[in-house]
Amino acid sequence: MRVSELPRPNPERLLRQVQAEESKRWGARLKIFLGYAPGVGKSYRMLDEARRRHERGEDVVIGAFQGKRSDEIQALSRNLESIAPIDTPQGEVVDVEAILKRAPQVCVIDPLAAKNPGGSRNEHRWQDVQELLRNGISVLTSINLLHVEEYKEKVQAITGKDTTETIPKSFLLAADDIVIVDVPPDLCLWRQGEKLTATGISNRQERKLSELRELALLLTAEVVDAQLESYVHAHGIEPVFGTHERFLICMTPHSNALAMIESGRRNKERFQGELYAVYVCEPGQSKRDAVKIRRFLEAAEQAGATTDVLESDELITTIVEFAQEKRITQIFIGNSNHRSWQDRVFGDPVLRLIRAAEGIDVRVFPH
Amino acid sequence: MSSDELNTRGSLKVYLGYAAGVGKTFQMLADGQATVQHGTDVVVAYFEPHARADTIAQVRRLELIPHSKIEYRGKAFGEMDTDAVLKRRPAIALVDELAHTNVPGSARAKRWEDVQILLDAGIEVWTTLNVQHIESLNDQIWQITGIQVRETVPDWVVRQAAEIVAVDVTPDALLNRLKRGAVYKPEMVQKALNGFFKGSNLGALRELALRQAAHEVDLRQSAYDENSAFQLPRISETRKAGRFEGEQQTKEHILIHITAAPSTAMLIRRGRRVADYLQADCTALFVHRTEKMTDLPPAEHEAIEKHLRFARSLQIETRIIPGADVAKTVVEYAREHKITQIFVAQPPSGARQWFRGRNFAENIVRLAQDLQVTVVADRSHKPA
Repeated sequence: MRVSELPRPNPERLLRQVQAEESKRWGARLKIFLGYAPGVGKSYRMLDEARRRHERGEDVVIGAFQGKRSDEIQALSRNLESIAPIDTPQGEVVDVEAILKRAPQVCVIDPLAAKNPGGSRNEHRWQDVQELLRNGISVLTSINLLHVEEYKEKVQAITGKDTTETIPKSFLLAADDIVIVDVPPDLCLWRQGEKLTATGISNRQERKLSELRELALLLTAEVVDAQLESYVHAHGIEPVFGTHERFLICMTPHSNALAMIESGRRNKERFQGELYAVYVCEPGQSKRDAVKIRRFLEAAEQAGATTDVLESDELITTIVEFAQEKRITQIFIGNSNHRSWQDRVFGDPVLRLIRAAEGIDVRVFPH
Repeated sequence: MSSDELNTRGSLKVYLGYAAGVGKTFQMLADGQATVQHGTDVVVAYFEPHARADTIAQVRRLELIPHSKIEYRGKAFGEMDTDAVLKRRPAIALVDELAHTNVPGSARAKRWEDVQILLDAGIEVWTTLNVQHIESLNDQIWQITGIQVRETVPDWVVRQAAEIVAVDVTPDALLNRLKRGAVYKPEMVQKALNGFFKGSNLGALRELALRQAAHEVDLRQSAYDENSAFQLPRISETRKAGRFEGEQQTKEHILIHITAAPSTAMLIRRGRRVADYLQADCTALFVHRTEKMTDLPPAEHEAIEKHLRFARSLQIETRIIPGADVAKTVVEYAREHKITQIFVAQPPSGARQWFRGRNFAENIVRLAQDLQVTVVADRSHKPA
């Protein structure tokens, strides 16, 4: 059994497609180097790539570069041309006009998060980057987790660091490429001038950084997953299963839905997975059942599930098709002792689901 | 293990990647080089001789312990000379390719076993590993890529590591490296492009590696928190709230039902993985219908022994009990031992039709109305 039609497009995917098509027309690509804190070596990795591309004959310029000019960094940028940013009392602004005039293949913009002073060509530096991309110039850029809007609050709570300039996560999701620059926290602190400790988490500062590190790894995994989905759609191939845990709770009025929802919440958290909850609406549902289901759907949403009501008189087929479309890895279903006349004719729906759910685990919950 | 022994055992660091050529070895050698410059005694204990040019340049700056030569079928193979490393006693030994299988005739079958010897001797080890070699991911890798990975490392070996470093690169950059001949010899490139490097495989493997790295980082946080009573600052909607508010949940205990069916290996891996994520206990149970286990038909007995050994190698406790009605015995055992989830394998579709009486999965689901039962799917179909 396979899903014949493609899932409905979501706005984010459409945005990605539009941006991808736009930049492909010009061959320009946006590549983002993500780090969880200063000192992980983002700028180094980015400049190293710029150097290698230059050596392979690509036309590379540096449009903005912030950060400590260590000997290593200077060695990397020695042979690269720089287009000096415009100096203003409020800070440096990328000289977009000069870069457009120079029209290189690749431009290094470090860092991505910066607010331009009033009266500048664009309000934000990421808009400068978009302008370069629109004009066919590929961009290599770097960002710290702190500057991703959706993570700002978490990072602040952990480190106490604040920022006024953030980039929406959707900007990262729309990038052609993202790379995480990962180092253990002790090395990261060492590069910031602290003493080197033993490997592993050995103090509170490292423990806090480790938290940011995990968030950055998961954010990158999310971007990679989104790219994978676009790839699958663009090439019309079957969805890739198994990279990520996705749980589906199947609710009926007679199932112990609240226990399944609680377990689903816990599993979603532990596996950093996704949670769905559906109710398959069969003909002849009673009013009392409808009230119950509404309550279940609300509880599921509170537990972080994406909910849906599916109308069908073919319970098992509908669930399996939905599960395949959403790349579900595990279906939760209640072991019901309520038997309808259909069950007596066609067999226990739980056992029928187990048999039909090809490649998907089925977890049966007590009544 | 006493605390004294813990203190003297070497610590392990794993550079985790998602394919050959992502730069794990390069990163490890570069870090080793930086450490040498700060006065630490670092040696390269094993290094793949057919590496990339810039990697070879990197290794030239470090002391290399010569490989031992093992003769096999008239050919000489180079393996890590574990005894020579022990004799040399460096502070840190760099060992490439943790998942490597030693050539027959070596002292130990697997390189990760040699690494255990070094760690036991108090030597810190840095090593490289691709995500597809992690034992519990074996079925997922097969499901995603259609490739059966034979060389695997048990999860507990990776879990020993004090530190995991994710080595990331975009699939495009990796494909460029491959096509430039920087990863494999020319004759190997086409084979790679039809295998792991095909289509969406690299993206999927990359996602798996990133998630695995995040999971490993998370486990080490829990370990630190338990030992230090560390409290993470409160964040609204923090997903870890439960952990710090003293999760009231009783600890989960997973029971894996062992049978002679080949799908049992997959069931064990899946159960191990879920137990790991839920930080649950994990037991594997075999119920023999015959009075003595040795009364089983030899082929069945052998398969069972193999599965039990496999479970033990993943550090799962095993139990063997008699019972005329297998499904009933499993369910009763689960009730008695406060199991929270029973893991059973979905029988292959053919067997479902003909051996209803032997369909343990469905019988257990029918009998265990008061327990959670997870029917693990057979993922062994080849993806399109």
